[in-house]
Amino acid sequence: MRRVVVTGLGLVTPLGADVETTWANLIAGESGIDTITRFDTTGQKATIAGEVKGKDHPWGFDPDRRVDHKVQRQVDPFIVYAIDAAGQALEDAGLTEMDEATKLRAGVSIGSGIGGLPGIELESVNLAERGPGRVSPHFVHGRLINLTSGQVSIKYGLMGPNHSVVTACSTGAHSIGDAARMIKDDDADIMLAGGAESTINPLGVAGFAQAKALNMSMNDRPKEASRPYDRNRDGFVMGEGAGVVVLEEYEHAKARGAKIYAEVVGYGLSGDAYHVTAPHPEGKGAENAMRMAIRKAGIEPCDIDYVNAHGTSTMADTIELAAVKRVLGDDLCGASMSSTKSAIGHLLGGAGAVESIFCILAIRDQVVPPTLNLTDPDDGTEGVDLVPLKAKKREVDAVLNNSFGFGGTNASLVMRRVVD
Amino acid sequence: MSDIAARVKKIVVEHLGVEEEKVTPEASFIDDLGADSLDIVELVMAFEEEFGVEIPDDAAEKINTVGDANTYIEQHAG
Repeated sequence: MRRVVVTGLGLVTPLGADVETTWANLIAGESGIDTITRFDTTGQKATIAGEVKGKDHPWGFDPDRRVDHKVQRQVDPFIVYAIDAAGQALEDAGLTEMDEATKLRAGVSIGSGIGGLPGIELESVNLAERGPGRVSPHFVHGRLINLTSGQVSIKYGLMGPNHSVVTACSTGAHSIGDAARMIKDDDADIMLAGGAESTINPLGVAGFAQAKALNMSMNDRPKEASRPYDRNRDGFVMGEGAGVVVLEEYEHAKARGAKIYAEVVGYGLSGDAYHVTAPHPEGKGAENAMRMAIRKAGIEPCDIDYVNAHGTSTMADTIELAAVKRVLGDDLCGASMSSTKSAIGHLLGGAGAVESIFCILAIRDQVVPPTLNLTDPDDGTEGVDLVPLKAKKREVDAVLNNSFGFGGTNASLVMRRVVD
Repeated sequence: MSDIAARVKKIVVEHLGVEEEKVTPEASFIDDLGADSLDIVELVMAFEEEFGVEIPDDAAEKINTVGDANTYIEQHAG
């Protein structure tokens, strides 16, 4: 059977424009959430977000690093983040110089939950005010979700499968899971997989606020607003960015002496069949996805050491925790579980990929990132290690990452240290 | 260089991300400056905006070089 390992990582997040900066900030308990700077928030119910910082910031993002000027002008920011994170992952994997035969067997699976909303918003105004003749010729392909994978394949010459998942906030996890299957199924030897999002624009923020999904009570305390599992949580904080991993067939990675972070061993998918935005109150869909991922991994629930929760800082946190308890046991069988959305906000379609990278780094460094702002844990959290406030050193061999999305779509991934 | 040529050059540099030295009157948008057909649509829109001219599709199709653009605008800008 073909096995799939992770050999490269790339991140653009509110805590850094690369993997090591983001991770160091996350472990140090920094928050990337602040008052929105990108547009005038007058009249908005939510005025805070986890923005990717500008290049003048100590951990800001410089799009010129890896994305051509012309492309930057034509596409929405989520695609820019995806191209940069993909480049980082290829560099990390030592795959910047692939021969033609290798490129034919290297594909891309980078998705997004929403896609180019800022560009759609701007061009809609442009259309209404100035007419159809002023709409940009790059409007469509600069906003399309699969242009993440399209642009990445063009830039890096990857001619294998070109795929993009669109499953709202489960996108990043589904993208990695689907890509791993493509390698297992011999469609490719290498896949760049992940998710990207950038919808911190007036329409995006207003839309999620109207859906009653966002935190709107702590605009004056942005760093305290994302507080998963805390009694005083009341909505998620929007984040943005991208996470991309290089997945590679195990023997292929070994043969070229690649650095191997972890193996993708289990992938579970399910649907709630319940409501457009609310999760099933009993968390059955979440439970099914987790059980499937653990079964496919060929391990026991008690083997899981760390769970990176979906944990959005909404009422749904309680439902997820109850589902995790049913799968792992009331004390999670000694596993730690945290929500890194407390530090970076909810990256929507990027979340599952970014959080999978955090899981992989937890394995690498034997440390689990904290759940910030968890000062008054809600009922039902007793006896569970939710890693409040501070990162924690501990043994981490096997990890579970959960992602759940609007429409009732659930994905769980199990990754573990590679054993020959 | 005329004022029009300087402004055309600025637009071309900005839109195509090319070095200023390459934007000579002889330079072909597609062959020398790496533009594709959609980039040319965008450039024509930018010229229309900058110079307050309307460049119909049949005229736009004949604009192949930077010099073609300069000439058209010189003849039609009011």
